[in-house]
Amino acid sequence: MASEAIDRIVADFRALEASLPGRGAAWLDHARRDALDWFADRGFPTARDEDWKYTNTAAIERRPMKAVTARGSVSADQVRGLVFAELPCHLLVFLDGRFDPTFSSLGALPAGVSIRSLAEVIAQDGQRVQSLLAREPANAFGALNLAFMTDGVVIELSRNAVVERPIHLLYIASQAETSVHYRNLIVADENAQATVVEHYAGPEGCSYLTNAVTTIVGAANSNVEHYKLQQESAQAFHVAGIHATQARDSRFISHSIALGGAIARNDITTRLAAEGAECTLNGLYMVGGRQLVDHHTRIDHDKPRGTSREFYRGVLDGAARGVFNGKVVVHPNAQHTDAQQSNHNLLLSKAAQVDTKPQLEIFADDVKCTHGATVGQLDDGMLFYLRARGIEPEVAKALLIYAFAHDIVGRIRLDPLKRRIERHLISMLPEGERIKELV
Amino acid sequence: MLQIRDLHASVDGKPILKGITLNVNAGEVHAIMGPNGSGKSTLANVLAGRAGYEVTHGEVVYQGRNLLDLSPEDRARDGVFLAFQYPVEIPGVSNVYLLKAALNAIRKHRGLPEVDAMDFLALVRDKMKLMEMKEEMLYRSVNEGFSGGEKKRNEILQMAILEPALAILDETDSGLDIDALKVVANGVNGLRGPERAMIMVTHYQRLLDYIVPDFVHVLSQGRIVKSGGRDLAHELERRGYGWIEGEAKAVAAARAGA
Repeated sequence: MASEAIDRIVADFRALEASLPGRGAAWLDHARRDALDWFADRGFPTARDEDWKYTNTAAIERRPMKAVTARGSVSADQVRGLVFAELPCHLLVFLDGRFDPTFSSLGALPAGVSIRSLAEVIAQDGQRVQSLLAREPANAFGALNLAFMTDGVVIELSRNAVVERPIHLLYIASQAETSVHYRNLIVADENAQATVVEHYAGPEGCSYLTNAVTTIVGAANSNVEHYKLQQESAQAFHVAGIHATQARDSRFISHSIALGGAIARNDITTRLAAEGAECTLNGLYMVGGRQLVDHHTRIDHDKPRGTSREFYRGVLDGAARGVFNGKVVVHPNAQHTDAQQSNHNLLLSKAAQVDTKPQLEIFADDVKCTHGATVGQLDDGMLFYLRARGIEPEVAKALLIYAFAHDIVGRIRLDPLKRRIERHLISMLPEGERIKELV
Repeated sequence: MLQIRDLHASVDGKPILKGITLNVNAGEVHAIMGPNGSGKSTLANVLAGRAGYEVTHGEVVYQGRNLLDLSPEDRARDGVFLAFQYPVEIPGVSNVYLLKAALNAIRKHRGLPEVDAMDFLALVRDKMKLMEMKEEMLYRSVNEGFSGGEKKRNEILQMAILEPALAILDETDSGLDIDALKVVANGVNGLRGPERAMIMVTHYQRLLDYIVPDFVHVLSQGRIVKSGGRDLAHELERRGYGWIEGEAKAVAAARAGA
């Protein structure tokens, strides 16, 4: 089974290779082939692999999922339903693995800011991104990503550049039984600042694989706020890595909002590589049915006086499964680290399940680190209290679930995005419409 | 308004109430006193409909209907209000949501339209002033991070807004300093009226100096062992619960002997 899937993917690569962006640039051809060889040798992760213990990729392996060769089609209405009309932003739309200028509106950019498609950058001056592309840790999906990547965004902010409007990256899938591989690079020089929204969506009922890797490099005193809104179809597979490296006094905020997918796996890591760096990782996963959503996060405190905050919450209904694995490593040199992590899970049904694993590894002695994880059901005491005030049990439940999830949604600083998630939350609740006037 | 007849109730299979009979008419304030473990809070929770309190015998008739047949929310909509001994903290649900949801649920039940947003705020502000609460508390999560006194005040605020026919105050005075007690008592007294009945469950006589009851009942080991007027509370304060319990035992022994 496993080798069959590998053979199929290798054959797919051979057939596609000549048409991949950057073809002919020796360094990239080699990098792609090396990555494919790496994958062909090792294949997909198995349950024996500690990082994939709870997430079985067999369902992904079983599907043919050929890499897309051309853009499909999407209607203006579909795009309109996904963009944030009330949010002035720089919009880049990617359709089936390729930048789509028709629906994109980059708008005027401030001085010192460059936002381009990866395919374009590779065609024009690929050397520029060579080292960044080679940067991420080797794993099966990372290797497939490098071998097959077709496009993505390259955001470069020069010293002191500030992008006031958020950069909205909308990735739309339209073709069933295909895979798309996106690679994004965000590089912020000293004091630069930007807010980036990575937004993944596909039509309901459509099964496909999105495999995305984003590299973020924050120079000294830079600010990068990153949102990932995963709104894939409930049949889709979504695997994504977001990997940041932070220089002195830099700030990185990550929000991961996972609202759907047959299997969704997010690896979010940041390395506080210099003194005084600060990061916040927020996450909300809310799924039902037989969906699985897995977040693996890792924060490396390399140097002194770093601060990290991590707030993750999950709401699981039906026979859904959630996985949270949050590793915080405080290296020997990282004195005066201040790290806090929490993961709270709400199970709405007997069959729903969560595996939560906070992991603190502390090798410095003068640090402040806390973590906490809980898994529970709706609180009977709270439910009774609301009922004793005349509120129906269904409405009381909806209120409590909403309140639980809103702890994370409330941390979203882009109002139109926040409102979108709030509306979505309400629509997911059985009696959601009835609390609309209340919350 | 409320007739409790020979009520027996158990918690986890353990009998707690062993035959309570009590009549409460509109306009009356009844105090139920008794030592810890006598069943006071169990009675309050049975009346409000909390799960885990099993009625094994007897009946409770409220406004001509069998109260025990009603869900907790239906009891609330029909005018029963429990001021909790331990008000629950509900992170993320603000006080104002709760008040609005509760008021509208009750109004809907009575065939009234939902309250207008402006009228609602005016009503809430007015009642908050009475309870000496700051408006910012409206936008805080229900009871979260509230002091003991703030929580109890918040209960009475809800009661003032929901205007129940029957209010059950479960240990509303415990954990309050004298200033907070005065505010709470003032709020409760403001709600006394010919159409409203109140049952105050309390361990301490102190509360009854501020909310003067019409009747006092002493609960011991799941039974009302003595009833009387407001003076009974003072006697209890002077002589302690041991006196009543001793008297009750003597009565029981005499009965057993006869």
